[in-house]
Amino acid sequence: MELFFMTLTTGIMVGGIYALIALGWVLIYKCSGALNLAMGELTLIGAYISLSFYSMGVPFILSLALSLVIGFILGILTERIFLDRLIGEPVLTVIMVTVGLSFFFKGIVELIWSTDTKVFDPPVFSLEPVRFGPIIVGQIYLWSFLAAMVLLVIFVCFFKYTRWGLAMQATADDEMAALSIGISARFVYAAAWAIAFMAAGVGGTLLGNINGLNISVGYLGLLVLPAVVLGGLNSVPGAIVGGIAIGVMQNFCGAYLDQYFPGGVKEIAPFAFMAVFLLFKPHGLWGWERIERV
Amino acid sequence: MNVSKDIKQGEVLLEIDQIQMFFGKVCALNGVSTKIKKGEIHSVIGPNGAGKTVMLNCISGLYHPQKGNVYYKGEKINGMSPHNRAELGIARTFQKVEVFGGMTVLDNIRLGRHIHYKSGIMSGSLYMGKTAKEEIEHRKFIEEGIIDLLEIEHIRHKPVGMLPYGLQKRVELGRAIALEPELLLLDEPLAGLNLEEVEDMARFILDVNQDEKWKVTCILVEHDMGVVMDLSDNVFVLNFGNMIVDGSPEEVQGNPEVVKAYLGEEDLYATRR
Repeated sequence: MELFFMTLTTGIMVGGIYALIALGWVLIYKCSGALNLAMGELTLIGAYISLSFYSMGVPFILSLALSLVIGFILGILTERIFLDRLIGEPVLTVIMVTVGLSFFFKGIVELIWSTDTKVFDPPVFSLEPVRFGPIIVGQIYLWSFLAAMVLLVIFVCFFKYTRWGLAMQATADDEMAALSIGISARFVYAAAWAIAFMAAGVGGTLLGNINGLNISVGYLGLLVLPAVVLGGLNSVPGAIVGGIAIGVMQNFCGAYLDQYFPGGVKEIAPFAFMAVFLLFKPHGLWGWERIERV
Repeated sequence: MNVSKDIKQGEVLLEIDQIQMFFGKVCALNGVSTKIKKGEIHSVIGPNGAGKTVMLNCISGLYHPQKGNVYYKGEKINGMSPHNRAELGIARTFQKVEVFGGMTVLDNIRLGRHIHYKSGIMSGSLYMGKTAKEEIEHRKFIEEGIIDLLEIEHIRHKPVGMLPYGLQKRVELGRAIALEPELLLLDEPLAGLNLEEVEDMARFILDVNQDEKWKVTCILVEHDMGVVMDLSDNVFVLNFGNMIVDGSPEEVQGNPEVVKAYLGEEDLYATRR
């Protein structure tokens, strides 16, 4: 029973980080209708930037903040240089460009930071675990979860209570109509990429703190895809619930199934679950169903 | 650019000067010019493919004509993007309704107020003092000004995609006038509506044009000759990208070339009446 609760807790905590990255997916999907397959690399870049600052002796919080700032700038640059001219082009074109971007970014990361695993040294979070009764949680998980939740709350408020949240949704729904009421589609896209870059950067930094940082953290970005699909591609709360669900599932599979099917059940399980889930709910938990009247 | 200046009733609000628009080798507009005076309803008619929607798109900024100029309140607005033109006070509706189908009627109309919201991201997220006050004012405007006018109280919270076509068109009009525009471009607002809906829509257009509160100048692209002749102060006739005539409804109806090009087959005109 103890194992069960501990797996559950760790799952939820890691899931919080996934939720943050999932938010990046949702954002870009929400406003442009395209999947950003370079999401994993955005995670990598953000993580490496904060790691670099941290290794230079900058305090952790400050290096995280700096990676946010740089992520913001990189997000806008990416949108302006690569995606701006694709406004109005078919969604598939945009998706293919993000595939290209993913390779491009990966190459750059390898070029600048090489392929060795790097760790945050000295460790940012104390290795001393925290005990809640019988449940033992690593500090790093706890803090990561809290940080992810704080950011998620900020983002959710942004969508729910600012006009830009509504404007983003409007642009995704009908770009021409959005233009006609004075919403600048270019601004909305740039903002979405900037926020996605920032969210991914924080997610990556936190993940890098847990397992150390190498190119494979980028694949975790792709692992979040089932979380996004599960929640419904354009639902922010869906991304959060989906992220946590995937985190929990992954940890349970690791704890209970790995002994029977050694070697990677953990990684496959979310995708298998996604495939089955979609059979029953093709729009995910809270995705929009396209309403069509004939 | 100083386009916030006031234009009096009857003065030129929008001027199109010799605009030319090609798509490859197809000439959609061939040196078309007209002047739209403030306060009028200026209709654009012509057979299908005459270039009416292209002309509207040139005004709203979706297309940029290769030659010629568009002046709004005397200022050239050629290179301006659509969302900037919306901020100047040019609103529009679309031939095939373009509504935000997944959102409620209220959200659709509220989005029309986008350019009037002033509060920034921070205070918006926290929903503090000024923002809350602003929101209440906008609510009042939408509820009393638009929802009542268009008689859509009963569907306020329904997702627009679920509504019948006629109501979707009404919501689209509501969203456009939520901008409090000075110039409203209506692209076939009556197409696909039944008789009763046509009457309602025509009444709304007249209200928006004449009511003291709105006084919106309208450019109306429409095929329903009966309504066009009844509503318009001036009618502009296009055929294959060329202007045939631009004048009062009587002048247009009496013009032999128009009769030939469009009203042409007299029985067609009779059936639409």
